[in-house]
Amino acid sequence: MSDELFDYPQRHYGMDHDRYEWSMLQDRMPVAWPGGKPLALWINISLQHFPLSGEKPVVAPPGALTMPYPDLRHYTLRDYGNRVGIYRLLKVMAEYEANPSLAISGTLAVRYPQLLARLAKTPYEWLGHGWNMLCMHAGEVDAETEAGWIADSREALEQFTDQPIEGWLSPGRIQTANTPELLVKNGFTYQCDWVNDELPYTFKTTEGDMTCLPSCLELDDVFVLTQNLHSEDSFAQQVIDAADLLISEGREQGGRMLALNLHPWLVGQPHRVRTVREMLEALLVERGEAIWHASPASIIEAASA
Amino acid sequence: MSGIAQNAELDLYEYNPYEGRPKIEWPNGARLAFWVAPNIEFYELDAPTNPHRKPWPHPYPAVPGYSIRDYGNRVGHQRQMAVLDKYGVRGSISLSAALCEHHPEIIALCAERDWEFFSHGIYNTRYTYGLTEDQEREMIEDAMATIERAVGQRPAGYLAPALSHSNHTIDLFAEAGGRYTCDLFHDDQPTWVKTRSGKPFVSIPYSLELNDTIAYVVQKMEPRRYGEIIRRAFDQLYAEGAESGTVMCIPTHNYQVSCPHRLRAFEEALEYITGHSDVWVTTGREIAEYSLTALQEQIGGGARQAT
Repeated sequence: MSDELFDYPQRHYGMDHDRYEWSMLQDRMPVAWPGGKPLALWINISLQHFPLSGEKPVVAPPGALTMPYPDLRHYTLRDYGNRVGIYRLLKVMAEYEANPSLAISGTLAVRYPQLLARLAKTPYEWLGHGWNMLCMHAGEVDAETEAGWIADSREALEQFTDQPIEGWLSPGRIQTANTPELLVKNGFTYQCDWVNDELPYTFKTTEGDMTCLPSCLELDDVFVLTQNLHSEDSFAQQVIDAADLLISEGREQGGRMLALNLHPWLVGQPHRVRTVREMLEALLVERGEAIWHASPASIIEAASA
Repeated sequence: MSGIAQNAELDLYEYNPYEGRPKIEWPNGARLAFWVAPNIEFYELDAPTNPHRKPWPHPYPAVPGYSIRDYGNRVGHQRQMAVLDKYGVRGSISLSAALCEHHPEIIALCAERDWEFFSHGIYNTRYTYGLTEDQEREMIEDAMATIERAVGQRPAGYLAPALSHSNHTIDLFAEAGGRYTCDLFHDDQPTWVKTRSGKPFVSIPYSLELNDTIAYVVQKMEPRRYGEIIRRAFDQLYAEGAESGTVMCIPTHNYQVSCPHRLRAFEEALEYITGHSDVWVTTGREIAEYSLTALQEQIGGGARQAT
């Protein structure tokens, strides 16, 4: 076996890369959320376009089309989210006066301008979410191509909103070695792909620092319902158990954050939307005294205050 | 190289049916020895590729796999530690030795609590597959020496990195001064393991079935069901332990069991187990030492085989 397997060039204190400093959540200065609440809740809704045709990327995103062309079953099931599911979710969010962020495939601005115009009427923060779900920021994608996807995504969304777009969530939460630098160059101040923490932290790039606001894969609806195949009721229970644990920790140790990621093509289905309502009831009504529900940019601002 | 052929049937232990074995009694008359084995691991972002096994399913940088494991160290470790403290459990850590260098703060917290550190290789992204015997000996020694330097005690146990083995793994570990292995899943009691050196060496039950990563990633269990299967396993082993004397282990990972939606199930199981009187709440090393000294005959070994 080659000698390379016995080289340990990064075997030293801290991380084995230069992206961020090593530290444990519990050892940091406690964070205080507005109103002294122990838990910040960030809900993100990802609006995604899965093209019917096109070359398969090196990494398939969760929810990718799987059948030979034309994979109408998956294409239309995903498209359902943009036609029906999102409107159902917007209604529930409004009912509970929730404040989710919206991560949006850039191509939706071209394909479905009516949808973007409707989303622009909400007060919700927007995040870049790639061009579409085949443009995966993974592996050996050349930097110029990737830069184009990022710039096009921003430009497409900005045609519909005057609000600043600061945040980025990559399709499938994966990155190339260049993604963080390209995001900073294109004006993004935070990204959510590294799921290694429960509070925002400083993420270093050669173009300057940005923030990583870690999203949570383990409580992502697609992960829980379609990969783990857990029931909707168990999904709600898991979210509530997480909130209770984090509220309890937050009271003793300083502010905690719960990140919840939802997809209109999945939880916007008629048999699932009640689960979203049950979660919002449990979080925003029953635990409203303990939970500060806020946009991601506000959470980052409060955490760094 | 030793004379063992690839694909040989290894002669690790004697067949010894559970029915009719001499009874094991644990210290203070306990009927079940209980231990928790948190795996505290370091996975490299840019590990060299072993031709027998890729470290990550995704191309570099494998953000999904790497970042959730980093979460275990950054967030999960202290969360699980607080729960183990609450129920008086000292962890027996399955340790990626390089973590002593990367994250000495974690090592210090565990050392303060008199937890046990056993070897889980250098990194969980460096496998045993394809190594020559000398290379594997070097890897085993590196990990043991690194841990010994950091905590002042040579590890007694081994769980091979990422459960990757060779024909020689157990022999080499026994020759390096090891006393027990966690790599064999054939029994609910300690078993004398035959090694080429004949040194006293024992297999301590370390359950893959109750391993949180197997439960959550392979079996895709709902968190509360995981808590339920732990309690069911305990009930069975506790009842049988009155006749046989059993071992129960919960192997954990801070990026699984310590997630906020899962910790409660684990905590409830610990509360249940430690609420029983005839349980010896202990460590892997203590079970191994007791087995190799007081129980040689019961575990199928002893002087007659250590020739």
